[in-house]
Amino acid sequence: MTEPLNAPVIDLRQICKAFAKPTGEPLPVLLNIDLSITDGEILGLLGRSGSGKSTLLRIAGGLIEPTSGQVLYRGAPLRGPAEGIAIVFQTFALYPWLTVLDNVVLGLDALELPRAEALRRAMAAIDRIGLDGFQSAYPRELSGGMRQRVGFARALVSDPTLLLMDEPFSALDVLTAETLRTDFLDLWTAHELPTKAVMLVTHNIEEAVLMCDRILVLGSGPGHIAAEIRVPLPQPRDRLGAEFHAVVDEIYGILTARITANAGMQGQAHGGLVEFLPPVSTNRLGGFIEALAAAPYDGHAAVAIIAASLGLEINDLLPIAEALQRLEFADLKDATITLTAAGKLFARADTEERKRLFREHLLHFVPLVAHIRHILEERDSHQAPRERFEFELQDHLNSGDTQKTLLAAIGWGRYAELFGYDDQTRTFTLDR
Amino acid sequence: MLRGWQSWRDAVAVLLVFGVMILIGTGAHQALSPFIASRPTPISLSPAALPMYTLRTVLRMLAAMLASLLFTFSYATLAAKSRRAEMLLIPLLDALQSVPILGYLSFTVVFFVALFPGRLLGPELAAVFAIFTSQAWNMAFSFYQSLRTVPTDLNDASRSIRSSAWQRFWNLEVPFAMPGLIWNMMMSMSGGWFFVVASEAISVGNLQIALPGVGSYVARAIEVRDLSAVGWAILAMSVAILLYDQLLFRPLVAWADKFRSELTAAPVVPRSWVLDLFRRSSLVGLLYKPFAAGWKRLTSARLVWPSSARLQSLVRAMAHYALPSRVVDRLWLAVIVTVVAYLGWQLTRFVGASLSWLDLRIAAANGALTLLRVMGLVAIATVVWVPIGVAVGLRPALTARIQPIAQFLAAFPANLFFPAVVFLIVRFALAPTIWLPPLMILGTQWYILFNVIAGASAFPTDLREAAASFRIGRPKWWRQVMLPGIFPYYVTGAITAAGGAWNASIVSEAVSWGTTKLDAGGLGAYIAQMTAAGDYPRIALGVAVMSSLVIAMNRLLWRPLYLIAERRTRLD
Repeated sequence: MTEPLNAPVIDLRQICKAFAKPTGEPLPVLLNIDLSITDGEILGLLGRSGSGKSTLLRIAGGLIEPTSGQVLYRGAPLRGPAEGIAIVFQTFALYPWLTVLDNVVLGLDALELPRAEALRRAMAAIDRIGLDGFQSAYPRELSGGMRQRVGFARALVSDPTLLLMDEPFSALDVLTAETLRTDFLDLWTAHELPTKAVMLVTHNIEEAVLMCDRILVLGSGPGHIAAEIRVPLPQPRDRLGAEFHAVVDEIYGILTARITANAGMQGQAHGGLVEFLPPVSTNRLGGFIEALAAAPYDGHAAVAIIAASLGLEINDLLPIAEALQRLEFADLKDATITLTAAGKLFARADTEERKRLFREHLLHFVPLVAHIRHILEERDSHQAPRERFEFELQDHLNSGDTQKTLLAAIGWGRYAELFGYDDQTRTFTLDR
Repeated sequence: MLRGWQSWRDAVAVLLVFGVMILIGTGAHQALSPFIASRPTPISLSPAALPMYTLRTVLRMLAAMLASLLFTFSYATLAAKSRRAEMLLIPLLDALQSVPILGYLSFTVVFFVALFPGRLLGPELAAVFAIFTSQAWNMAFSFYQSLRTVPTDLNDASRSIRSSAWQRFWNLEVPFAMPGLIWNMMMSMSGGWFFVVASEAISVGNLQIALPGVGSYVARAIEVRDLSAVGWAILAMSVAILLYDQLLFRPLVAWADKFRSELTAAPVVPRSWVLDLFRRSSLVGLLYKPFAAGWKRLTSARLVWPSSARLQSLVRAMAHYALPSRVVDRLWLAVIVTVVAYLGWQLTRFVGASLSWLDLRIAAANGALTLLRVMGLVAIATVVWVPIGVAVGLRPALTARIQPIAQFLAAFPANLFFPAVVFLIVRFALAPTIWLPPLMILGTQWYILFNVIAGASAFPTDLREAAASFRIGRPKWWRQVMLPGIFPYYVTGAITAAGGAWNASIVSEAVSWGTTKLDAGGLGAYIAQMTAAGDYPRIALGVAVMSSLVIAMNRLLWRPLYLIAERRTRLD
């Protein structure tokens, strides 16, 4: 694909991005990202929430300026949103007070076309994207799929060279998402779009493999490129084909291997106190353990298979797997997940026994929870403000991750009856 | 048949449009007529003169609303877009909100009369300004809040399609702010009737002004003890408020429904027969079309600063040499503090020359009395209206009938009723210290009622059914089910009621009927007396004491209650 003649449409070099912590110190979210998209290519950015993939897309779109590094669009430095780059948003981002037609015309506002010409192009875009007949409707009258079609029409009406898609199908139901994907791929492979290159941000592995020519897997904390995978399959691709599955499995392997590696690494740093905890409810953990313990898995399953059968996307599944790994109720290796002895015991136990097991594992394997319990026991008042722990965590986690981690610790601690928490006064209290 | 209906509809629509235009024209023409400051324009008590007076009053409201909108769009936008402007403008707005409007009316009247000597325009503008100050602050606040909370994705979308700031303002920011703004316009309007009536007939020292309007008509009726004229005025005002609601606000609310930013359909779509009429009439459509097209062109024009590569590089070069942002912040803060200190010094010089500590003590004691009255009256209104509001709000059929009445009563200028009450007090020789203060809450208690009704009718049905199925006892039902459910609504209503009561104290603690003067004491009476005497330093003192009390009450009572309401009733 990368012949020397084929200059990249967009080229990101050594991109770093840091946001300010409440204390004013910078907190890196992206570290030394190098990526380029060439003519005729769909590039996928795959990663979990918090890996900075949406930030990266916004940097490519000129909405966010990188802290350091360079963005070259068609060879020239990019300063702010540019002509020829269009974005499709996860939430559609339609103006509810404008009709479909007016929403699409808005995509041409910056070009200062005569009104008649703008209307003609908008109608053409509406036709092409399969919205004809809906031009006078308001977004609230439309279904989710139709709304996102408006989002596509608005992006495509200005004949963009580069199309940036930020999880465009993730707010849609499975069937609608599939229809929209195929419709887009049909337009793309038939070369009916003036668009030269596409960047697709997603957390859906199958979607990435279905649509992209090349996939970058982003790792988190701070976001970096963990792996690059080429998908050499011709379009249209067969979801049931063996080659398709091989690529999906490869990506699952990469993502789960990272969890195991992270758990080992984080456990040592800072006495394990500041490790990120995924805020998964104990109900979900229990439900997943039961499903995994039952037939046909009997405590052992390929991650891709159990995810598909439970209808979980990678964004739902990885936090569960990570939490179980952290609690040593399950073991994640080579894209398969296996219950430990404790995990099997948990699956069979009654409520009281489950709580006891959970309590023991929390105190042993989750240093933050043990730390909170320890502080509460030590203090005469048996109380501690939330700010105290927030402060400790914020040194190493960003504020979103800090809140999530505390949410997880509070939920787990409450379930295990290790401590209580009052949200009005924001204080932890010892449970006895 | 259909044809006939069509032309009839057109005729009504055209009549409405031209009628309103002609009325505005006549009213404006008269406002420009000369007047002599020392001799007030004679006010006729004939009911036949009332329609014209009412029209003048309504036009003042309209002018003030337009001024408030202009102010809102500029002031709030500046505060939301510039961090440094925000540092100054928002605290200023907060302070302005708590100054009693009728308190500084005397200052503004003198200012505007001096600005246009010998013309009616001066006092006219003073009245409009008084109404403006009663309307603008909460509208500006609402608009500022909306601008700050424009959803990130919509903002990103707007930036990625490279809308200019001007386009973004009209395409995204104003539409997004519209529902909140219209709600606040309605609240402002409803409060404004009180002030338009109060600001038409003013006497400061020996300057006596009676602008032709309903307020002056009532003032004249009080002078000559004409109770039937008061009745006519009440009737005229009722008609005016109802027309305003039907012709202006209902269409506006129905039209603004499309700006709701949730993408789901509303359970009840607001409707207006006037809007339906206008939308369906082909003639109005024909007249409206060029305006709509012009508006669209205006708002979708790019209007960007002329920018060239050289200019941009110059800006970048300047940014390179500019001081760090924190230093500029400090400098800016220093400038503000200096200006405030200078103003404070000037003020103490002006006031200190003629005031002593004794004056402050008197004003403070009067303030304490009025504070006690406001609290007591809000408490009584709460005990009366909360149970009634809940009872009404839980019955949808009753709500549909009572709610418009409560809203109408809240909008109706209660000061028109004062003479009737005063007449009774004089007639039966009742004690003014006890019977006058309730006038303060007469007009504003309805805010408690209609907010509680709104809260009770919005109470989730499943929670009510759960409470019923568990057969929860009455006391517990109130304590743990209904009161927490309506609490946020109640707090909103009570804040408005208390704020209104402070303002009303100036016109209700000291009243007259013909030559009989009644005085209940308190800060409102103090300010009223000083205004009548033209004693500016003491007016300023009274207003300052009242503002501090209002601010203190907001900070110490209402804001904490509001925060509790916000936190307790959240489910996410």
